[in-house]
Order: sequence, then structure tokens, then C-alpha cells
Amino acid sequence: MAGQTLYDKLWSRHLVKERDDGTALIYIDRHLLHEVTSPQAFEGLRLAGRKPWRLDTNLATPDHNVPTTLKERAEGNAGIVDSVSRIQVETLDDNCTSFGIEEFRINDARQGIVHVVGPEQGATQPGMTVVCGDSHTATHGAFGALAHGIGTSEVEHVLATQCLIQQKMKNMQVRVEGELGLGVTAKDIVLAVIGKIGTAGGTGYAIEFAGSAIRELSMEGRMTICNMAIEAGARVGLVAVDETTVEYLRRRPFAPSEEYWDAAVADWRELVSDGDADFDKVVELDAAAIEPQVTWGTSPEMVAGVGAQVPDPAAAGDETVQKGVSRALEYMGLYSGQQITDIRLDKVFIGSCTNSRIEDLREAAKVAKGRKVADTIQLAMVVPGSGLVKRQAEEEGLDKIFLEAGFEWREPGCSMCLAMNADKLGAGEHCASTSNRNFEGRQGFGGRTHLVSPAMAAAAAIAGHFVDVRDFGAERAANDDSQVQEA
Amino acid sequence: MRQFDRHQGLVAPMDRANVDTDLIIPKQFLKSIKRTGFGPNLFDELRYLDEGYPGQDVANRPLNPDFVLNQSRYQGASVLLARRNFGCGSSREHAPWALEDFGFRVIIAPSFADIFFNNAFKNGLLLITFDEATVDRLFQEAEAEEGYRLDVDLESQQIITPHGETLTFEVDSFRKQCLLEGLDDIGLTLKDADAIADFEQRHRQARPWLFRQAG
Repeated sequence: MAGQTLYDKLWSRHLVKERDDGTALIYIDRHLLHEVTSPQAFEGLRLAGRKPWRLDTNLATPDHNVPTTLKERAEGNAGIVDSVSRIQVETLDDNCTSFGIEEFRINDARQGIVHVVGPEQGATQPGMTVVCGDSHTATHGAFGALAHGIGTSEVEHVLATQCLIQQKMKNMQVRVEGELGLGVTAKDIVLAVIGKIGTAGGTGYAIEFAGSAIRELSMEGRMTICNMAIEAGARVGLVAVDETTVEYLRRRPFAPSEEYWDAAVADWRELVSDGDADFDKVVELDAAAIEPQVTWGTSPEMVAGVGAQVPDPAAAGDETVQKGVSRALEYMGLYSGQQITDIRLDKVFIGSCTNSRIEDLREAAKVAKGRKVADTIQLAMVVPGSGLVKRQAEEEGLDKIFLEAGFEWREPGCSMCLAMNADKLGAGEHCASTSNRNFEGRQGFGGRTHLVSPAMAAAAAIAGHFVDVRDFGAERAANDDSQVQEA
Repeated sequence: MRQFDRHQGLVAPMDRANVDTDLIIPKQFLKSIKRTGFGPNLFDELRYLDEGYPGQDVANRPLNPDFVLNQSRYQGASVLLARRNFGCGSSREHAPWALEDFGFRVIIAPSFADIFFNNAFKNGLLLITFDEATVDRLFQEAEAEEGYRLDVDLESQQIITPHGETLTFEVDSFRKQCLLEGLDDIGLTLKDADAIADFEQRHRQARPWLFRQAG
């Protein structure tokens, strides 16, 4: 008999019951909540007279609607200018209070984007099932946890029963072997994967990311990759447990106590795919061949290396795909044959559950240090993923680097990734964004999003258009003095 | 949940692949804490020429005449014909809420995104997958013939076209039963409360660190 994949192991560890109709009840260990997808679930519980099955699995924080400007944040919920947004955050507070759920409120130092907060607190652990009413819950799979997004009906279902009704997914392995080039990051890997398999390539699969290039990544990098598994259509992204995972979790507030630590670590080390495990599909990428990636269209699969040109719709596959590419180019205001590096930008956003962790900010700061944001950029903003990321970045002096370069340094939240708060693009504006979705209107009505890594976003802010961060680094070494003098 | 057994309805063809849930219902409408009232803002950025905001009276907003659902021949449509990977992106259940509130009962496409697929069934929508060639043919017929209606019968898993052609579709038995009976699946799961409690006890013994009070 073939061995088990990591996904198979996680599935069988949480299988409560297989039912005759082909579905299964799967037990949920961690349930993360935010203000947008939970109010109707709490209301449903109330209407049915139900109570949460188990309180200590739940952890909540507001993130989507919170303002990121210091002045507004200083006022707490009262600082949320849009009353509809404010009511949503207040509703989360009220629900958590009345049901007894732990919440990091708007100005708690531990508040932040739910997918940054969970791992940072050690509330995400290997071997757990982790769910949240948010598709980017795939992020937590970086820890060898079975994590995926759910809808609001399922949020209510988990609250009431601690279980979900599931059907087993298929197994896909994405192997990335070899060494990444200098300046090429986890974000570039995952964009290249999506470019290769498409936005529906992972539908129905749990994707395990494996290979030497993945093993070399920090937990932050692994989270960036698993975060965007959903952009390849896969609800679940996974990375096997290793020393990097264990070391990340040591002494985190929600991590296993001293008493259980050794037993937990021994248990976690089993969370790897067996050598003889069968995958339904295997995709291979050569890390050394991956260039810094930039999306040019309105779907994450519409992506190219920075040295490429905007493609020709006529060469883009079947009629449906061709229409999609034509429509995307029209929406984005680009033409086929245009160099990616000739795309001029209006705004730059460094943040989101994909790229707002300390390592992301360090990478961007490295590029920004001693330089200036181009005059043509209207707004370049850095939004840390949590209050604790912000604090650490400030201890390392990153805030000063960004501020001196002309970036705005903001308070934590989802911000312009989806523009539910006041941070948004105007119609027609091009934005270099470290977020995860370049859909039409995602960052604001008529806004044009280009997904890139933090280093590429910072370099684009300095140049005013896309540049290959690898050349930029070299150029920088030669011109360092003049840059500083200009500053 | 709203029950579904048989539905006859006008078909609206939306010829666009990878329709994401941001497109189905833009983010500003997710601020609502209710489950209803999303219909007027379904496909907001495609339907209207201006930018919409929550709580607005949509009656006076400029309509996009090119958008399929604004064309007079598709008024009252309740069967949406779509392209591959419909419903990709965000997990927002506001997307099926908006489709249902607008009046759709059935969506037919070559493929759907996983989370959307799941959410839709929980809100009484029937999602049907056919191969690309069949979907292409339905597109051609729906675009060519005004008043093109489909008769969808869940019990027999069949669709009858205006030409009398019968198409058989797949649906998994759990979702089918929930739709046919309009079942509340939380109530259903709670019938297994003892099995859940037993599992939980074993789980706690094997991995006590997963239970915070125990740690």
C-alpha cells in the first residue's frame, strides 16, 4: 500500500465520521473570526437558540474595516468614519462579548490581519484543522495544518458543532527545486506557480508545496506561498513540518506549554508526506528559472516575468481565454507588446495577509533605504500586518527608512488589499501591490492592480515604474552615494 | 434553507470566464450585517456605470446597456449560464446571497470554484456542471432564441431544453437531499453530537495541547 500524503494524515486525524452519502464530519481545532463574515453566523446561532460548541478554539480580531491612519486609530472604533463599517466592527465586539469569545480589539497591540495574528500568536499549530470565513485561511497550511476558507453558513456550522461537512480533496504536489536568484522571493514562486497551472488549476486539490526551494524558505515565505494557493483554485496549501516550523512556534503565547512541548514537537514531526505517497498530480518548477513576477491583467494567472512584454490576446489559447485577455488589457489600459517595465504607477501598497510580515517589510526596506519615492507616485504606503509586526519593525528602524524615503507608515489592517476601509485606488490608477488579487475593482472602482513582491513594489515606488529589482540592486551599489546626497 | 425541487426559468448567458466573487458583489456591500438585500448590487460594477455604495437607492443609477442582465430580453432571468471557474476568489457568502436575492435559482457552467460551490448550495441555489461543448451549445441557443427557458428537475437530475432535448446532470447525494428537503445542515450534524463528543475526548487525550484550558 502506498504511503500517506501530509493531507491524508491531517484528514484522518480529524475524521469524526464518514457518512453513507460520501461526506465526512471533520473536527475543527481552530476557528479564526473577523468582522465581515461572522455577523450573520452569530445571528443564525441566536435565532436557532444555539451556543458555541467549544469556546477556546475561537479567536477573533477586526481587520477588514479598520482605518490605518494614526489619527483615526487613536479614537478606537469611534475613529471609523464610515458608520456602516463601524457598526460591523462593533457587532464583532458585541458578539464576542456576549458569546464569550476571545477577541483582540481594534487598538490591542495584538490586533492585525487575522492570518498574520494566528501564526504570530502560535494559535496556528502543525496538525491542526484551522478555518476562518476568509479564503486566505490557506495561509496557515504553511505550518502543516489543514487550513481553508469557509463561507458564513459554515462559520455558523463550526461555531455550533465544532465540525464541518467535507468531501476529501485530491492531492497535488508542487515541487520547486533549486536555488532562487538574488532578489527573487516566495511571492515570485507562487505567482509563477499560478501562471503555470492557472487560477483553476488547483480546484478540487489540496496543494502541498515541496522541494528544496520551499525548504529553504522562512515561515513568512511559506505563508506567502500557501496564502495564494486559493489564487490557483486550491482551498488548501500545505508545507511539511521541519525545524523551521518548530523554531518559529517556540514560546509563542498560544503554543503548547512547557509541559506538553516535547510531546507536541514529536507529534508534529510526523506531519510530512511519506516517501512513497501517491499524488494525483505533480507539478515541477525550477527555482533558478523564476524571474521577479508582475501581473499585467485582472486575474492572478495573468502574470509574467518583469523582463517580458504584455502578451498578445490572439496567442492566448481558446476563444474564451482570448476574450478574457482582451478585456483585461482594455480594463488595465495596457497594449500587447508593451514592456512590463514601461508600466507607470500611481500608487504603491505594501501590506496584506500575503506580504505584511516582518520579513516582507525588511525586504522592502532594504530596497527603499537611502532612496526616494518618485515624484510621480501619489501615494506609497506600508501597512504592517499586526500591531506586533509594527512594533518589531519600529524596533528595527524600518519605519524611519520608509518615512525618509517618502512612504507612509500606517496602522495594521487589511487596508488597500480589498479597500473596505478608506484606503483605495481611484479609477484608472495603476498600483504596484504586494496583495493577492488583481480582480477588476478589487482595490477601488476602476483601479488597476499589479501584484508583485515587497522588494519589487519598493523598487517600483522609487523608479515610478516597474524595474527588475535584481538590476536595481546592482545599480544601487554603484550609485549609493549620489542617492544619499539627493536625499 | 429554501427548498428546491423543480424550476422552469428564463436563461441569461454571461459570456465571461473566471467571474470572481468581487465582481459578483463588490466589497463595499460586504459591510452589511444582514443576509438579505444584496440583489440590487449583484454584479454592481458591470451593471451600473457609476460607483455604488451601500444603502443607496439604485433606481436612478445609470445602467450599463451592454451588460447582459440589463437587456430587456433577459429581464426576469432565473437561470444563469456562465463560463469556467465561476465564483473564484473570496469566500464571501454574500455572492450567493446576492445571486439568490436577485432571483437566480440555477447556475450552469463548465466549472465552479470550490468555496463558492459550497456556499451556493447552502443557500438553495442549484449549481450544475456540464462539459464545455454542452455549455457552448446552451450559450448559442440562449443567445439565438429570445425567451429561451430551461426546465430543471432536481429529483430526476434532468434539464429539458425548449427543443425537448433532455440533459442529465450530476449532483452529489448529500447536497441533493439538502436541497430537496430544504434541510438545515447544522441540525443534521447535531444528530451526531455524541460521535463528535467521543471524538473530541479521544482527541484531547492524544493531543492535550490543542485544548487551551488543558494546557
